[in-house]
Amino acid sequence: MTEQILHDSAFIMPGILIPLLPLIGFLINGLFGKYLPKAAASWLATSAILGSFLCTVYVFMNLNAADSVTIDLFQWIAFSKVNIGFSFLIDPLTVVMLLVITGIGFLIHLYSIGYMHDDEGVTRFFTYLNLFIFFMLLLVMGSNYLVMFIGWEGVGLCSYLLIGFWFKNDAYNNAAKKAFVMNRIGDLGFLLGMFFILFNFGTLEYGAVAEQASKLTPNSMLLVAITLLLFVGAMGKSAQLPLYTWLPDAMAGPTPVSALIHAATMVTAGIYMVVRSNVLFAMAPHTLDVILIVGVATSVFAAVIGLMQNDIKKVLAYSTVSQLGLMFAALGLGAFSSGMFHVVTHAFFKACLFLGSGSVIHALHGEQDIRKMGGLKKLIPITYLTFITASFAISGFPLLSGFFSKDEILAHAFEQNKLVWGILSISSMITAFYMFRLVYLTFFGTFRGTDETKKHIHESPITITLPLIALCILSVFGGILGLPSVFHATHLFATYLSSVTEPSKAFLYEHEAISHSAELMLMAFAGIAAIASIWFAYQKYVTKGEQPADEASLTGLNKWISNKFYVDELYDKAVVKPMLVLSDLFMVVVDKLIIDLSVNAIAWFVGLTGRITRLFQTGNTGFYIFAMVLSMVVLFVIRLLA
Amino acid sequence: MITLFLLGFPLLASLLTLASGNKLASKLALVLSVVQLAITAYAYSIYKQQGAEAFYFFQEWISNPKISIHLGLDGLSLLMVALTNFLTPLIILSAFNRTIERAAGYFSLILLMQFALNGVFMAMDGMLYYIFWELALIPIYFIALRWGGPNRVPVTLKFFIYTLAGSLLMLFGFIMLYWYNPNQSFDIRDLYNASICACKQGWLFWTFFLAFAIKIPIVPFHTWQADTYKEAPTQGTMLLSGIMLKMGTYSLLRWLLPILPAGVAEWGPLAITLCVVGIVYASVIAIMQQDLKKLLAYSSVAHVGLISAGIFALNMQGFQGSVVQMLAHGVNVVGLFFCADIIFNRTNTLNIDSLGGIRNLAPKFNTLFMIVVLGSVALPLTNGFIGEFLLLFGVYEYNTWLSVFAGLTIILGAVYMLRMFQRTMLGNVSENITTFPDLMWNEKIVLGVIAAVIILLGVYPKPVFDIAEPALQLILDKSIVK
Amino acid sequence: MGETTLQAIPQNWYLLLSTFLFCIGVIGVLFRRNAIIILMCVELMLNAVNLLLVSFSAYANNADGQVFVFFIMVVAAAEVAVGLALLVSIYRNVMSTDIDVLSKLKG
Repeated sequence: MTEQILHDSAFIMPGILIPLLPLIGFLINGLFGKYLPKAAASWLATSAILGSFLCTVYVFMNLNAADSVTIDLFQWIAFSKVNIGFSFLIDPLTVVMLLVITGIGFLIHLYSIGYMHDDEGVTRFFTYLNLFIFFMLLLVMGSNYLVMFIGWEGVGLCSYLLIGFWFKNDAYNNAAKKAFVMNRIGDLGFLLGMFFILFNFGTLEYGAVAEQASKLTPNSMLLVAITLLLFVGAMGKSAQLPLYTWLPDAMAGPTPVSALIHAATMVTAGIYMVVRSNVLFAMAPHTLDVILIVGVATSVFAAVIGLMQNDIKKVLAYSTVSQLGLMFAALGLGAFSSGMFHVVTHAFFKACLFLGSGSVIHALHGEQDIRKMGGLKKLIPITYLTFITASFAISGFPLLSGFFSKDEILAHAFEQNKLVWGILSISSMITAFYMFRLVYLTFFGTFRGTDETKKHIHESPITITLPLIALCILSVFGGILGLPSVFHATHLFATYLSSVTEPSKAFLYEHEAISHSAELMLMAFAGIAAIASIWFAYQKYVTKGEQPADEASLTGLNKWISNKFYVDELYDKAVVKPMLVLSDLFMVVVDKLIIDLSVNAIAWFVGLTGRITRLFQTGNTGFYIFAMVLSMVVLFVIRLLA
Repeated sequence: MITLFLLGFPLLASLLTLASGNKLASKLALVLSVVQLAITAYAYSIYKQQGAEAFYFFQEWISNPKISIHLGLDGLSLLMVALTNFLTPLIILSAFNRTIERAAGYFSLILLMQFALNGVFMAMDGMLYYIFWELALIPIYFIALRWGGPNRVPVTLKFFIYTLAGSLLMLFGFIMLYWYNPNQSFDIRDLYNASICACKQGWLFWTFFLAFAIKIPIVPFHTWQADTYKEAPTQGTMLLSGIMLKMGTYSLLRWLLPILPAGVAEWGPLAITLCVVGIVYASVIAIMQQDLKKLLAYSSVAHVGLISAGIFALNMQGFQGSVVQMLAHGVNVVGLFFCADIIFNRTNTLNIDSLGGIRNLAPKFNTLFMIVVLGSVALPLTNGFIGEFLLLFGVYEYNTWLSVFAGLTIILGAVYMLRMFQRTMLGNVSENITTFPDLMWNEKIVLGVIAAVIILLGVYPKPVFDIAEPALQLILDKSIVK
Repeated sequence: MGETTLQAIPQNWYLLLSTFLFCIGVIGVLFRRNAIIILMCVELMLNAVNLLLVSFSAYANNADGQVFVFFIMVVAAAEVAVGLALLVSIYRNVMSTDIDVLSKLKG
């Protein structure tokens, strides 16, 4: 017992430091930033994250895979009936997320030093970025749902602040607001899910909740309700159908933000949450089915839209939505560790892609339209090499990281449901195609912009290329973490997470694992499909040199795809406009006409009484006396007659 | 003795300020209100050591009908008194660097208001409470009438008569309570133990509920509010929205629920439904408001609607949430109205469509305004979140579907607040704004203190829970019909 | 008990006389416009009542009625004093004692 306490106490200090360092960075930059030189502010913020990363590495080195450490800080919302502590939980799942957040977070901070160098709001940018990391760390470190919720909403706030970072542009502000509000819709689901949990289980601590839940009958109404509500939260945060439209718009933020928040970390919070509650979800197969359907649908839907996008960042954004769908599909199949594995590899290559696109945009002085790019591979070789490598990774090119993580999910799909496997395979092929459409249009062929721009194209500085190279290496070798059993290697990742995902195993239907030969077949098929798509894209865009058609000339299905199936317009017509009309209606009709008028009617009635009675006050003394005498007579008569 | 001193000091301060003349008035009022805050802090330390008994004060006043000067300060009252005495110095400070005519009268009335509000929260005798309740109306009436906007006369009249009508019903209710309770007194102890026949509680409920519903205000009794907020001078609006509304919600807890449990059992479902409908209704209206002050007024209706809903949910988390949210809303709404005042002071308009881009000119103001807005949209780690979380959880326990509906407030709240913030602060600098000096020293202090409290209370609300718990437990026990 | 002088006349006559006087007063008040005459008519009505009180007092052998009469006379005197003072000031203002001129207070 004492050993246990000693062992736990070794983690308290680094455990607290991990979120504390970014918070300190935020506070210093936020309060005293204007007294600091820009470079100092940015390096301060970056080193704070580096500090967190080092603490995380320390924790990772010392924490056994089967361990979990709880750090109680203080009682937060605590009185007789409700007792929610502000406490952290460090277990393998947390550590994985911590490594991704602080590791990639550090690289992106480093990148931002170069990328944001000329912006007037550098200090502000790093302040927000530190705040974001702080909230993201709270999200993954919390030991109960409410602390997770702090981080959950906190990252939403930072996302809002950073999407609208260039606040003079109203389109960006609208995008920021949209992101916040759509996330809030999901948050309401999350909040209600928490109420269900708190009311029925009396606690929000993950461990206690899982323990209480496992006593219930699987698939009971309560569990399905809880998990569905939590999943609504995840839909908002992780941009799943139908709450995905904010993510493409969120590309309004600076590119490092897109890489950090809208690709690598924040949007994967939904997956983290589901994996964190894996026992609840495993006990509610109905919810898992819903997740599977939503995930698969999002994966295909977003991939299809990605085919016709011409903004380099928008393509990546839809790709992110699509990949998140894939991860949710994995969760829907009950393959929690596979989903997490894809979170990690996706973080590597998608961050690399976004940062690469940032480097391209940087080189072209803000140009984002791929129709005005082309032939950049010689001009910015490092960016080109890292970008194309990451594209191979995301496309599932054999032996790169994306290949293994995708393949794992596809194998699970094949085991359980051939149809899902088919759709996800198609989605993967589409992904490979549009990613290489992007690569070829950007880096191959000839430059299509103005000569003036071309003159100024130059490779980015070291602070930008270094993170690119680091992430590129990770995207190539990240697959080693999760080699499939065919290769007679241990699945390091799944083993590491096993203590977290183990409890849910008991509730999942055990599917017969596919044979090694079948698995090899699948891998071969996936690899060939990816290569075929890439080759097809090469034929179309390099050999034939096709260009994306002008949006106005599109017809039929193409037009629909190019306009993102008019989902934004639909929401606008179906939700936003009616809401505004309702607001006016309430104000003008209900408030002014019905309520206020009835209030005023009472006052008017009192006034009317006054106006009528005052008619008797003629001021004529004779009349008063006459009235007096008359009333006396009348009273007499009544008295006598009675 | 401390009780009397705590109650009486603002009255003394009010008289001193009135006598001090226009030049000195604001400074003297500030100093005296800070002294009052210090007295409150001292009272809190006594409360920590000796509990609520230390504040018991009883003095016969009128023997027939039996009315006594019975004062007390339990956890609930202490928090409300603390809110009042915390906000008053800020409200007074917010009037610095503004030209205010007849300043002595103005600040004296603010302090008189503070006296009356302290009295409302400390009175433990029905009639004494009623006197303070009505007394609070007088200073605010004159503040709005003499220092208000151009349309102040009809608006103030409407406000005055509307609330007075409600109060009269309450007076009637109190008189009936006097006759119906076996001891024939207004004392809260007698009223709590009166166990009035359930047959009479039904309509007695309405006499009190209407008075409180108008003051809070609960939809559909809210139509006096937006205009009054718009016309009253900033300090008046702050007093009204920050503290005076809390009289209503406080009174629900103190005077309605424990005295008329059967009435609450009968009509509570209707009341909570009204509250929840009001939340959504007011939030939706707030979305399209063009006038900043009116927008804030409607957002306030939505927030206090949730507070009342949590109270009528009749459970501990609803009560605790309502107390935290009363404090939070008091602080936040004062901050918001002050931000509106800062904008009006520099631009002479409150129409959000003709504003914009202020962030470019006043970054400090932007940051503090943002924090207050975030508190108001209930972001975790701000005070608003603690309140809304518990209130919604309280409503959830009462009825799941109702909580879904009430929960829309977190979405709609984000919609109208962020829209307002975007239109006023973000984007390019509007043509109507030529200069926008950043915060002056007094503005920095007021908004800084408010921002600090927003975060402090959001991170560590436990002391509030601890203070409120025993008082709320007592009220809860009395409020539920066995 | 012996018959007093007052009792020599049957009581009905007193009643008739005072009714008659009272009616004159009422009619005067109702139909005259001059404030002085109205005041006089009011006095007339008061005196009608006084007469009645005195006669009843005599018939009933009870002094209460006469005490009342003294009260009424005192009040009437005071009333006339105030009333006439008012009249004088009214006359100074409007140069008339016609009550129809005085209608400024109408609602």
